[in-house]
Amino acid sequence: MNAVTQKEAQRPAAREEQNGASRGFLYPQVNIAETKDGYLLEAEMPGVNKESLEVLLEGNELTIVGHRNFEVPNAELLYRESVPRDFRRSFVLDPAIDTAKINARVENGVLTLNLPKAEQVKPRKVVVE
Amino acid sequence: MHEADSKETEQQIEQRELGKELNMRLMRFQRPTWPAVNEITNLRDEINRLFEAPFAEWARGSDVLNAWSPAIDLYEDKDNLIVRAELPGLRKEEIDISLHDGTLAVSGERKHEKKYEGSETAREERFYGKFQRSVELPKAVNPNAVKANYKDGVLTVTLPKTEEAKPRQIAVNAS
Repeated sequence: MNAVTQKEAQRPAAREEQNGASRGFLYPQVNIAETKDGYLLEAEMPGVNKESLEVLLEGNELTIVGHRNFEVPNAELLYRESVPRDFRRSFVLDPAIDTAKINARVENGVLTLNLPKAEQVKPRKVVVE
Repeated sequence: MHEADSKETEQQIEQRELGKELNMRLMRFQRPTWPAVNEITNLRDEINRLFEAPFAEWARGSDVLNAWSPAIDLYEDKDNLIVRAELPGLRKEEIDISLHDGTLAVSGERKHEKKYEGSETAREERFYGKFQRSVELPKAVNPNAVKANYKDGVLTVTLPKTEEAKPRQIAVNAS
């Protein structure tokens, strides 16, 4: 597959992550599924909502950024496992994706992106006459 | 909960995130962000491929490689202990919270659902299955006044301290 995904995406995204880490970003965990109509991408971004989420598209590169707030007013931190940083990750998109039709929604800290393929690249059955 | 955890330096966190250090804590608490996690995932795939069907099935069901261990933070203010847990993608009905002998336990299960018919998985980094975390509370709390709130995938449990556990100002009497 030449997708949102695997190898093509992995390398630039991995580099991005290393730079990102030094600038203070976290790499959200994602699931990517492909159907004949498009791709579905889910990213775990606890603490991120509609207002604090950015989905950026530049050419065929999609970047998701989630801003978070960890402050508990007037409280002292006793123990921490979470990493108090914003999320950021980039993906190289399959050229078959119709970027005008991408839609995003975030629910319970999980971002779901729908990346439909353009009509002309969907597999079609040709009727034999 | 170990004392050392809270004293971890920024540098150590950084090092682990860069995957230079891989220790056994990974099994107990999996920081979702390390590139190392991806390496482990890939390793798991390799192992599954190596062992074929029955063993692959076993490895997928095993807690060792698949345990989901959400991150937990503990705060304290004047009146409360506050526990914050990162539990993205659950419904509030799927989270169980219990308090027993000064220990707060948070558990639940994230079910693996195939949402789209005929889809092929291209990448799967999210964890599924049961989780349970517990926090030993450093102060006595009033079990009847505990409040929990789930928002944007983050659970916040507010546990009011008992009167005895609250800091008290002692007036100095002039004699």
